[in-house]
Amino acid sequence: MHNPQLNANGELQHLLSIEGLPREILTQILDTAESFAGVTEREVKKVPLLRGKSVFNLFFEPSTRTRTTFEIAAKRLSADVINLNIAISSQTKGESLLDTVANLSAMQADIFVVRHASSGAPFLIARHVKPHEHVVNAGDGRHAHPTQGLLDLFTIRHYKKDFGKLTVAIVGDILHSRVARSLIHGLTTLGAPEVRVIGPQTLLPAGVEALGVRVFHDMREGLRGADVVVMLRLQNERMGGALLPSAQEFNKHYGLSADKLALAKPDAIVMHPGTMNRGVEIDSSVADGPHSVILPQVPFGIAVRMAVMSIVAGN
Amino acid sequence: MKLHIKNGRVVDPATGKDSVGDVYVSDGKISESFSKAEKTIDAKGLVVAPGFIDLAVRLREPGQEYKATLESEMDAAVAGGVTSLACPPDTDPPLDEPGLVDMLRRRAKALTRARVYPVGALTVKLEGVGLTEMGQLAEAGCVAFSQANAPLADTQVLWRALQYAATFGFPVWLRAEDVWLAKGGVAHDGEVATRLGLPGIPSFAETIALGTILELVRATGARVHLCRLSTAGAVELVRRAKAERLPVTCDVSVHHVHLCDVDLGYFDSHCRLEPPLRSQRDRDALARGLADGAVDCLCSDHTPVDEDGKHRPFAEAEPGATGLELLLPLALKWGAAHKLALPATLARITSEPAKVLGVASGRIAPGAPGDLAIFDPNAMVRIAPETLKSQGKNTPFLGHELAGRVRYTVVAGNVVYEA
Repeated sequence: MHNPQLNANGELQHLLSIEGLPREILTQILDTAESFAGVTEREVKKVPLLRGKSVFNLFFEPSTRTRTTFEIAAKRLSADVINLNIAISSQTKGESLLDTVANLSAMQADIFVVRHASSGAPFLIARHVKPHEHVVNAGDGRHAHPTQGLLDLFTIRHYKKDFGKLTVAIVGDILHSRVARSLIHGLTTLGAPEVRVIGPQTLLPAGVEALGVRVFHDMREGLRGADVVVMLRLQNERMGGALLPSAQEFNKHYGLSADKLALAKPDAIVMHPGTMNRGVEIDSSVADGPHSVILPQVPFGIAVRMAVMSIVAGN
Repeated sequence: MKLHIKNGRVVDPATGKDSVGDVYVSDGKISESFSKAEKTIDAKGLVVAPGFIDLAVRLREPGQEYKATLESEMDAAVAGGVTSLACPPDTDPPLDEPGLVDMLRRRAKALTRARVYPVGALTVKLEGVGLTEMGQLAEAGCVAFSQANAPLADTQVLWRALQYAATFGFPVWLRAEDVWLAKGGVAHDGEVATRLGLPGIPSFAETIALGTILELVRATGARVHLCRLSTAGAVELVRRAKAERLPVTCDVSVHHVHLCDVDLGYFDSHCRLEPPLRSQRDRDALARGLADGAVDCLCSDHTPVDEDGKHRPFAEAEPGATGLELLLPLALKWGAAHKLALPATLARITSEPAKVLGVASGRIAPGAPGDLAIFDPNAMVRIAPETLKSQGKNTPFLGHELAGRVRYTVVAGNVVYEA
């Protein structure tokens, strides 16, 4: 099957999912991000790589953090950025997704950064854009959030250097998490020997082992010897239904506390993709503690998004 | 009209006959030989079979003419060699009133192409609450009663509906799907859905609902036809129910014997179907079940959807695929894969569905309706928007080349299609 992310030369045309990307492209993105990490610390935080190009932030689902980091990344590449909060405009008027994109395309877009509540929406858009236009997935349904996955990989590489010996534990709501799926594909592609997912059966998708992970229901067992602990955000709407009885009970079994973290390696790092629920999936003592790399993840996210946009625009 | 079809390979699945010979039709019926034909078809090198009978064809009338019209879909039917078809009640409004059924039948009849057998709504507006006037609907021409793909969550209503239908001997056609377990799902709950991040429908949504239906059949004696099985577990349940001599029959769609969830690829909305495409194991069990008789019929589950309905993210896309013109090629492909003789293959789209419908067609014998499909089993058909007569161009098989080209379709002795 033709990989819709790659052009005829096997280069990155769109970034839709980490799944199916060769290791060389992932490494290229991470290396490029490395070179941009310096830019963000300079006094003049701009490079002219995307000068004259237009980046459309198409957010069909509300987001502040991801949209902002894409916007900063695009501006640091000297692109013009247009933010469209479509969740409250054309979609409510009944315009179809492809009509919206066709309209914006007529305004000379170069890159579409797309977030959508439906899995696969960026693939549909990528199939219909013009050859010089690029689509970057900023999160689609439960499917993928590749730039978040890449920034997680960047963070892990930054602190742990080599993926070849790592045990990574991903904890919480795997079922609904596009972040988890993207990170799992990235880790398996880059050769991390042990990727674990930890959660109750209600929050693990069917046949998740097929993604190349080991499943744990007991968090203590799952954290034992881990080099990297990734906590996922537990959304409030999951609570109180048939998935979970309460936040308190979830915290008791799957919240990251200092004593549970003590089972991981002494130099383990703790990550979180953002919008933490303190006291639910993570205790403040851990979130603010010495193992936490949650805040450094944020500027890495900008560097990674700069890398992705500059690479697709150059191909 | 006296029609003489000569030198064809005559295949009658009802008797297993497969030999070169002539077929005669007069006064709309298969007849003994006669000398003065008004029209002669030279069928040398072609197969002469009973016209195909498709148990699930959405004609989209009334109410959804933007997706397809009776004209377009009846053209598609005869182009696919389909001479009889049953249409589910999920039109807009649903077929829950005798007037609607009557209108549909008269419109269909005026087009003089395939025979249309409406399946009436089991409950008013398909809402799963109150029973329809089954007696009057049957008088208007409904051959069975069904919920189509609409949920029937209330098992008490289902029980009452089966009791009522059994009282009068009306067949009930049901798709087995537990409403709650299927809620929100758009793909088979398995590795592929997990990878694509699509909400899943577990296999047991079908087997649990099927268990309920079979238990109610035991209790009521209602004659039930199970539509579009999708799981290996369901095939086993039906096999056991038949061994127990419960009055059940079942069908499977052409899509489910050839495709599985892996075919979703990168969110191909043509593979957004109801029920969802399941695992390879399920697909193989369905195809085998169809070969060994556990599954009675193969249907196209013809569902024309317009482009706007498919040009959406997978979960939001309208489910269904066009199928009338693929029924023969996909039946032949399935039969060849299972090394079945041609009569056995064609039985699944002729004599077996005729039994389910309770009609005299589906066989080539003097006195039977003069419905025939004459086709070249080896000629290739390219599946493309421009070659499909159906208004729906939505099929996972777009771009495929499949063997089996219909050359003539005869309904009641009239040649209604010729290519």
